[in-house]
Amino acid sequence: MRKGSAPSRTCTDMRIPCPYCGTRDAHEFGYLGDATTRRPDGGDPFDQVHIRDNPAGPHEELWYHGAGCRRWLVVSRDTRTHAITGARFAKEPA
Amino acid sequence: MRYSILSVIANAIAGQTLWRPAWRDAEPKPAYDVVIVGGGGHGLATAHYLAKEHGIRNVAVVERGWIGSGNAGRNTTIIRSNYGLPGNIPFYEWSMKLWEGMERELNYNTMVSQRGVLNLYHSDAQRDAYARRGNAMRLHGVDAELLDLDQVRALLPLADFDNARFPIQGGLLQRRGGTARHDGVVWGYARAADQQGVDIIQNAEVTGFLREGGQEGGKITGVETTRGAIRAGKVGLSVAGSSSRVAALASLRLPIESHVLQAFVSEGIKPLVPGVVTFGAGHFYISQSDKGGLVFGGDIDGYNSYAQRGNLPTVEDVCEGGMALMPSIGRLRVLRSWGGVVDMSMDGSPIIDRAPIPGLYLNTGWCYGGFKATPAAGWCFAHLIARDEPHPVAAAYRLDRFATGHLIDEKGVGAQPNLH
Repeated sequence: MRKGSAPSRTCTDMRIPCPYCGTRDAHEFGYLGDATTRRPDGGDPFDQVHIRDNPAGPHEELWYHGAGCRRWLVVSRDTRTHAITGARFAKEPA
Repeated sequence: MRYSILSVIANAIAGQTLWRPAWRDAEPKPAYDVVIVGGGGHGLATAHYLAKEHGIRNVAVVERGWIGSGNAGRNTTIIRSNYGLPGNIPFYEWSMKLWEGMERELNYNTMVSQRGVLNLYHSDAQRDAYARRGNAMRLHGVDAELLDLDQVRALLPLADFDNARFPIQGGLLQRRGGTARHDGVVWGYARAADQQGVDIIQNAEVTGFLREGGQEGGKITGVETTRGAIRAGKVGLSVAGSSSRVAALASLRLPIESHVLQAFVSEGIKPLVPGVVTFGAGHFYISQSDKGGLVFGGDIDGYNSYAQRGNLPTVEDVCEGGMALMPSIGRLRVLRSWGGVVDMSMDGSPIIDRAPIPGLYLNTGWCYGGFKATPAAGWCFAHLIARDEPHPVAAAYRLDRFATGHLIDEKGVGAQPNLH
């Protein structure tokens, strides 16, 4: 095992802690991308559809548990290490 | 030194002591006419064509690591121009023509091998779609042949022709497609650019932009790097994988997501795969390197990533595609796999355009297909930077096409980057 390395770098196996099903392999989920974009009230939705912050670091993103509870989740994941730090139902407030 | 049979003979007599470094590892000067950020194939090709085609020789290429350490060293080396949409076909065909003349132009062995690219089809509908794409190619003067089952059998005897779910019916062949040596391309362009006076500055990460009057929103007048500030008349970004991060330093947001694409190579074997072959019922492509290893890949992992490594579900998926195409390769061992971070754009096509900030130019959004575009991307980006107008074959690669609706979506999946 890789003793001494930072915890965020050892957790790269991509298991998502689904609030309903428990911790499951990311293989069971589909990905939709950035969960922080919002459709503007009556305005031009161009940014929401096309423009992304695309950060290198913590990222809030939408995953769909298609092979499980079939709920949409907002997963917190670091795009530099793939370390997943949390997941909640997308319908619930942050 | 010009490479030739004479230089080989002279060095054979002199005990290989006459060779000189192919290019200088330059120190940064305070100012240049043009600074290209990113020392990959695209950035170095841009510098070469700025000097060769436009006479702009006071140019620096600024690279965070060493040249060719990003996607230029992580791809599967495939070159082809078998696209189907009007905005793409002339560009990629121009790239293919530049590949065909590259070794003579650069005086460097880039091992361009036109061994053919064969896309297999597995249904009547797919045959019709391939015939349509082949016809579109031929209308643009690109070579394409629709092969029937017997012709494919002759080319690729070990494929699984009797697969119950995905029987191979034939294929679309571009004979002029093939592979090239990726490191050779990087070094060939670096050497040619260096000989024309371009400075290649390694280990210099861009940490910010110099703005006119020091103001947010002012014209870009140079870059801050870890090796000091460098002033520039114009700055071109050619930093695939990191485009959003570098653009963010200029407060610019792009229609791009960074994703990881994995590639694989097997142990070396005798000739098995004649050219590049793609499986039409899944996403899998394979070729054989000159050393004998099978080089193959498939889908991107599908989630935003800057990690330069992927995960096992995609490894499994790619290998399943290989087993469905050629079950006999299951007896081979995979030697290595690796990942590269690619700019997935919102329509699956690239961007070569001015940024909405004066003095800044963008070459980005190459998805997982940037290697084949290397010469033409350099050619067209140099044209854009030198003349402030797009090259005709790259005129469709505008940044504002996402707002105007002039998308170039070969796959037709919409603004969903991980599906392109």
